[in-house]
Amino acid sequence: MTKQEKMHELRVFAAEIRLETLKIIGARGFGHVGGSMSMADAMAVAYGAYMNVDVKNPRWEDRDLFVLSKGHAGPVMYATLGLKGFYPVSDAYQLNQNGTNFPSHTDRTKTIGVDLTTGSLGQGISEAVGAATGLKAQGKASKVFVAVGDGESDEGQVWEAAQFAAHYKLDNLICFVDNNKMQLDGAVDTIMSHGKGLAAKFDAFGWNVIELADGNDVEQIYDAVAAAYETKEKPTAIILNTVKGKGATFAEPSGAHSSQPSAEEWAEAIKASEEALAAVKAE
Amino acid sequence: MSFTLIGKHEKDKRANRDGYVQAMLELMDEHKDVAFVDCDLMGCINTKKLLAAHPERTFNAGIAEQNGMGVAAGIASTGFKTWIHSFGCFSSRRAFDQAYLAAAYSFVPVHVVGSDPGVTAAYNGGTHMPFEDCGLYMNIPNATIVDTADYAQTYAVTKKLYNVPEISYQRLIRKGFVTVYADGSDFEIGKAVTLKEGNDVAIIASGILVDEALKAQETLAAEGINARIIDMFTWKPLDVETIQKAAEECGAIVTAENHQVGTGLGSAIANELVKGKACPVEMIGIQNRFGQVGDQNFLMKEYNLTAEDIVAAAKKAIARK
Repeated sequence: MTKQEKMHELRVFAAEIRLETLKIIGARGFGHVGGSMSMADAMAVAYGAYMNVDVKNPRWEDRDLFVLSKGHAGPVMYATLGLKGFYPVSDAYQLNQNGTNFPSHTDRTKTIGVDLTTGSLGQGISEAVGAATGLKAQGKASKVFVAVGDGESDEGQVWEAAQFAAHYKLDNLICFVDNNKMQLDGAVDTIMSHGKGLAAKFDAFGWNVIELADGNDVEQIYDAVAAAYETKEKPTAIILNTVKGKGATFAEPSGAHSSQPSAEEWAEAIKASEEALAAVKAE
Repeated sequence: MSFTLIGKHEKDKRANRDGYVQAMLELMDEHKDVAFVDCDLMGCINTKKLLAAHPERTFNAGIAEQNGMGVAAGIASTGFKTWIHSFGCFSSRRAFDQAYLAAAYSFVPVHVVGSDPGVTAAYNGGTHMPFEDCGLYMNIPNATIVDTADYAQTYAVTKKLYNVPEISYQRLIRKGFVTVYADGSDFEIGKAVTLKEGNDVAIIASGILVDEALKAQETLAAEGINARIIDMFTWKPLDVETIQKAAEECGAIVTAENHQVGTGLGSAIANELVKGKACPVEMIGIQNRFGQVGDQNFLMKEYNLTAEDIVAAAKKAIARK
C-alpha cells in the first residue's frame, strides 16, 4: 500500500469514527460531542496505523496501550474500538443507559479494549506514564499513547506526570494534546490560558514536541507519530491544533463542550456525517 | 495465624520501618512482580535499600504524590503489585482522588503506605499528623486497611499484603516502638487477635494503642476486672464475628485508636454492633480535634490515648451495662 492509499484509508476511518461517534451519543440524545469529534483523526491514526492490538485478546500483554486521559471523550473511543472489531460498534449505542458497559467516561472494568480508567482530569496521563514505566521495566517494546485535553492541562497533575515522564526518559510514551481551544466555560484563553502555550510548556519539561498546524489532518498526525517512534530518551508530545466539535453540524460552530440538540438537529448532523463519509470514500 | 505475645511494654531497639523494609526486600527478592514507588521520602523509611537491590522496579516520583499514586496505578496495570509510600497525610488526603479512581475503582493492586500515623508524627506537627487517613480509605468499597502495632506485626502483615488483589492502605510507624509480639508471629488479614481473655469488658485496639490496652488490662486485673484485649489490626474488612462475640460475652466495649473516632475504628465497630447485640461502647481516640507538635508522651496525654484513659473508659462502659 502506498502512503497515499494509507492516508485515504485513514481519512475514511476518521470519517467512520465521526459518524459512529454521533450515532453513539445520538442514541442517548446528549453528551460530550465537542471533545470527542476533535479527537477522531488522532484516534484513526493511532488505531488505524500504529497500535499493535489483538481484538480477540484485548488484554494481550504485549499490546500497545491507549489512555484517553480526557475521559469524557469516551464516545470517540467506543466508536474507534467498535470499528476496529473489539465488539460490534452498535453495542456502544447503549452509551449511558442504565447498567451499560459504555459509560460517559472510559472505564477499564466495563468496556472491552479500554486499557485504563479515566474521568478525573489529569489522572489519565499519570496512569499512562505508570504503564509506560511498568512496560519498560519488563523490557517490553510496547508503546503507550495518551490523549490529554488543553482544558485538562489546567490540572497540576498533568505537569507532575510530564516531569516524571521526561525524568525517566519514557520514549515509549506518546502524548496527543487535543488543543481544541475550548473548555466547558468558554475559550481556554479566557478561562485559564497556558502562558507561552502548551508546546512551550512541554518543551520546558524536557519533552520532544511536535506541533501540528492542523490536528485534524491524518497525514500530519501520521508523520508526527512516525517521528515520535524514532525519538530516543524522550517522551513525545504531539500538539494537535484541532477544532472542537469538528464535523458535528450543531457543535462545530459553537465549539460546545457537551450538547443536547433536538431530534431534527441530530438527524441533520448524522446525515451530514454520512455524506462526508461518502465523499471521503469517493476521493 | 500463630503468634507469641511478649507484651512487656519494652521499647524495641529496632525501628519499626525496618520491619517494613525487610518484608519489602524479601517480597521483591521472591517475586518479580513487586514494584515500589516513593515520593522523595525514601530516606525516612530506609527504602533506598529497595532501590539498591531492585533499581529496575523501584521509582522515586519526587515530591508529587498525586502523580505518584497515578503512576503506581499505571505500573500496577501492567502486572506489578505496586507499593507506594509517603507520609500518611499525603498518602491519604493529598492523593485520595488518585487512590480512589486510578487504583481502587480501576481494580489494580496498589498498596498504599502512610507513615507517621496520628500522634507518631510528633515533631512534624498538625500539618503532618493524620488523624483521618484511614477514615478516608474506609470509604473505598474494595479497600483493605491495616494499622499494625510493632516490628514483628508490621513485617508479617506487609508480607501478607502481597496476596491482597486490590487496594490496601497500611499505616506505618517509622520509629522504634514497644514490642508486642515475638518475631515470627503470623497474622491473617481480617482476623482480629485476642491477646487476653476476660468477660467484664472488651478493649479493642490497634497500632500504638495495643500496648496501652495491655497496660490497662494489668491495672484493671489488679482491681478484679477481667478485660478481654483484642488487637483489631485490620480495620477493613472488619472481623465482625469477634466483635459480636465480645459484645455478647463481655457486654461492654472500649475501642482504642490513634485516629479520629468519628471516622475510624470506634465508629466502624459501633456500626457493626447496632446490627447485632448492641452494648455500651466507649471510644478512646481523637475526639474531633486537629494535631499539633509535641513529644510522644505529651501527645498521648493531650489526646487521652494512655492506659489510664483506657482504664477510666472501661469502668465507664461497665457502669453503663
